[in-house]
Amino acid sequence: MPDDVIDRGVFAELQAAAGAEFVAELIGTFLEEAPGLLVELRSAAAQGDADRYRRAAHSLKANAQTFGATSLGALARDLEHTPLSADQTQIGSTLAALDAQYAAAAATLTTLKG
Amino acid sequence: MSAPTARLLIVDDNKVNRLLMSRNVEMLGHRPAVAENGRVALEMLRRDSFDLLLLDIEMPEMDGFQVLEQLKADPSLRDLPVIVTSSLEGMDSVVRCIELGAEDYLPKPVNAVLLKARIGASLEKKRLRDIQREIVRRFATTEVALDLERSGFALGGKRVHATVLFSDIRGFTSMCESQPPEETIEVLNTYYALMFDAIGSTGGVVNQIIGDGLMVLFGAPLPLADGPSAAVSAAIEMHALIAQYNLERAAAQKAPLKIGVGIATGDVVAGYTGTQQRATYTCIGDTVNLAARLETYTKEAGRGILIDGATQRALGAGTPTEALGGVQLKGKAAAVEVFAVPV
Repeated sequence: MPDDVIDRGVFAELQAAAGAEFVAELIGTFLEEAPGLLVELRSAAAQGDADRYRRAAHSLKANAQTFGATSLGALARDLEHTPLSADQTQIGSTLAALDAQYAAAAATLTTLKG
Repeated sequence: MSAPTARLLIVDDNKVNRLLMSRNVEMLGHRPAVAENGRVALEMLRRDSFDLLLLDIEMPEMDGFQVLEQLKADPSLRDLPVIVTSSLEGMDSVVRCIELGAEDYLPKPVNAVLLKARIGASLEKKRLRDIQREIVRRFATTEVALDLERSGFALGGKRVHATVLFSDIRGFTSMCESQPPEETIEVLNTYYALMFDAIGSTGGVVNQIIGDGLMVLFGAPLPLADGPSAAVSAAIEMHALIAQYNLERAAAQKAPLKIGVGIATGDVVAGYTGTQQRATYTCIGDTVNLAARLETYTKEAGRGILIDGATQRALGAGTPTEALGGVQLKGKAAAVEVFAVPV
């Protein structure tokens, strides 16, 4: 598994600081919460609500960085810092890329969770 | 050695962040509570007491900047230490937080070792501030402590209308000579307890304690509706409490305690005098000198309470006074109108 999906160094550090058992629970919470953030991004984009869009991207970025999901975090960060485009096609392709990154991160985290 | 447990409030709109931060705080031996946005956090802060706030910035309803602004504007929450934890990027948001009074800024994801150090440092600073405030409260009056907290410290005074009361124990020096010092301290402490009791209920503020003497202000640092009446009521109450205490002393075959009280009303200059390093809140002016002279004159006049004309005129008809005429007081060029209040 490539390291940029989940950076094993960051992940190990998190486990050392918070305990492996707790991190497994935390992954569970992230997997419950993240789909809601993706839905929120889509809905905010559709309504042209820049604040909500930025906030959802910001949250996703922070969580991704917590687990060492480097690529997902980088993509979410791009969304946070790029002004919400009026071009729905462009938003659609960006969010599709984000979905793919999330799916990869979620799969790896599920394995790591044990 | 384990650090004492502190109560921390974690404010974050993201559940994963809240859980992880709570976990970090628990592992440091502290007790975490959580709020999901600024509005909820402020409600909790006003309801319960916390030692430290861990604050996210980007939140719906009320963001971290708004929380910092509200805390700064609230005297009861102004001193709560705040550590901002955020993944907001850019120096300007960090600067803005610090300017709004945040103690520290930790970027997310939060490093557990760094968090421990920052929490420890913040709690230690808070502990020192609390001790400092306690010292101010003990050695200054509550009113002066409040005035200092509200307006800060600045040397210099402002002119206010106030009533000044001086009181001391008659024959204190000979009492000191005739009994062991331990006993004198005990008598003094009883005397102060009684005097503070009499003064406190009337709105007076004990400004100075010098040996067996007290200087009490009515109307400074905080204004008082009827200073002269309050001061005279306090003086009457002081005599009544001392009379009661003397019954106890008589039962123990001890000589009675006698006090004299002088009261004057007028303009005084109130404020902080001293140096930047060491200062005291006090009142100065003719009114203060006059009250002190009247107190001294109680011995000569053989009266318990003497007041000046300004105080007498401000009293209601309910308080009888006896005119003693013009008296030439020490240090005063002209004769001063003096009244006695019977006790």
